Amino acid sequence: MKTVWEGYSMGGIKVKLLTGRSLDQGKSKERGKLSEDYVKCVAVCEFNKEDLEAFKISPGQNVRVSTDFGSVVVRAAASTQQLPKATVFMPYGPWTGIVVNPETHGTGMPSLKGLEAEVSAAPSEKILSLKELVKQFAGR
Amino acid sequence: MRCLAETFSNVVCTVCGCCCDNIEVTVEGRKVVKVKNGCAISMSKFMNYGEERIPTPLIRRKGELAEASYEEALREAASILKKAKYPLLYGWSLTSCEAIEVGVELTEAVGGVMDNTTTTCHGPTVLGEHDIGVSTCTLGEVRHRADLVVYWGCNPLHAHPNHMKRYTVLSKGRFRASRKDRKLVVVDVRRTDTAKVADFFLQVSTNEDYELLSALRVAVRGDEIEQDSVAGVPAEKIEELAEIMINCEFGILFFGLGLTMTPGKSRNIDLALSLVRDLNSKTKFLIMPMRGHFNVTGVNHVSAWETGYPYAVDLSRGYPRYNPGDTTAIDILLRGECDAALVAASDPVASFPAKACRHLAEIPLITIDPHYSATTLVSDVVFPSALTGIETCGTVYRMDGVVLESKKIVEPLGGVRSDVEILKDMLKLIRG
Repeated sequence: MKTVWEGYSMGGIKVKLLTGRSLDQGKSKERGKLSEDYVKCVAVCEFNKEDLEAFKISPGQNVRVSTDFGSVVVRAAASTQQLPKATVFMPYGPWTGIVVNPETHGTGMPSLKGLEAEVSAAPSEKILSLKELVKQFAGR
Repeated sequence: MRCLAETFSNVVCTVCGCCCDNIEVTVEGRKVVKVKNGCAISMSKFMNYGEERIPTPLIRRKGELAEASYEEALREAASILKKAKYPLLYGWSLTSCEAIEVGVELTEAVGGVMDNTTTTCHGPTVLGEHDIGVSTCTLGEVRHRADLVVYWGCNPLHAHPNHMKRYTVLSKGRFRASRKDRKLVVVDVRRTDTAKVADFFLQVSTNEDYELLSALRVAVRGDEIEQDSVAGVPAEKIEELAEIMINCEFGILFFGLGLTMTPGKSRNIDLALSLVRDLNSKTKFLIMPMRGHFNVTGVNHVSAWETGYPYAVDLSRGYPRYNPGDTTAIDILLRGECDAALVAASDPVASFPAKACRHLAEIPLITIDPHYSATTLVSDVVFPSALTGIETCGTVYRMDGVVLESKKIVEPLGGVRSDVEILKDMLKLIRG
């Protein structure tokens, strides 16, 4: 299997990627998935405070998250839940769908937690809306 | 003219598997004006249920979704399903057991595969339960009796916000009156908000839950842990947790996707179930998955009583086959096998890996949903439906298997039918 570095090497920072539910994700999906609020709450990558300083990334800045399976631009945020060192968290949603491992290992369940990933600052790149994102990866 | 306000009590919440049935909702006509007892997500759902609604059926014409009559959409959907050799009928967790029952009939009629959202949440839990068995109970028993509550790989304060208040450490039970009568243990990769209020927290290294569960089983059996630490946790802390578990009177282990989605998957669950089995030789201990998607437990029950299997049921040969890893939705989509799909009461394009979504977008896709979603954006036929538990009633299962009746508290949008009506009409047309 190719490594993340061969697939999407951009000189990014090597991290472990976790995905999961967050209260903001839960509330915003009920307010409407086409809303700006949903993008704001879900197209997010959370870092712990120490990593933000070490990686020289500011909350609110756009970052690119890449894995062997895809690459997506989201907004950096300070984590509300304390993360281990060099570990980032993305709330469930279509933006995480781009970077998670679809392989089910014979269980039916894809691999959505503890993935090898890299992040890099992406100040000039845009976060896609749900419609734009779906158009990009599904062609509709 | 302003409508008279009407208040409904004991409304069942339709967000997560807690299915809290103490919600009080005040409505004025079709507008929800007040919600009491709900968590933040529940409040958001009831107050915003009218946002981003699909007003009429839609059919894709020249690449764009365009308004269509109900009959037209029904004919198009029936034609897609009849032509398909191996259709996938997926979703089902945000609707009633009555609709799911019709869904099974429809799948059988078109010779397809019926899978539900279990496949991407607690599918590995079901597999573990097949292997080991499960000792479990109702949430009422936990509330009245549990003096030890363990949350492993889950963050209920964010994903099931009323779970602790209604059923565990913050609830008032008959034999456990207050927080000081119960001990809360959290095991997680992150120090979550739930971990912050725990009496005992173990921070496990990412992807090493299997190792920690193995070491904990060793300690519970009274054997020595030979390493200084396992999965980033010092051996003495693991032994301390084993002592806490052995010495409780009534313990419960709740676990989430932190166990089902990490490497090991169903094998992690095998170990968690085995740990609880071991503990029952020393004390009373039970285990329960934190089911997340409203009536997802109901889908497993209905599917099991109709076909013999709780999810990933292949009816293409005229009899039910069940082989998770083969007949599961993600695997079928990754192999590009299904040639049409129907999605009901779910949004797989917002939760599936992109590669699986790509195939879904390439084949004729029918979606039944009250709201616009990532899945409706790539669909060929879209049916707007009434929201179960708000605009139409129906039977649902709480995460512990307790059956509840969800209520209708407002009239649906004009012309919008329930999932049951849409599925029955489709089935009738297909059967001719």
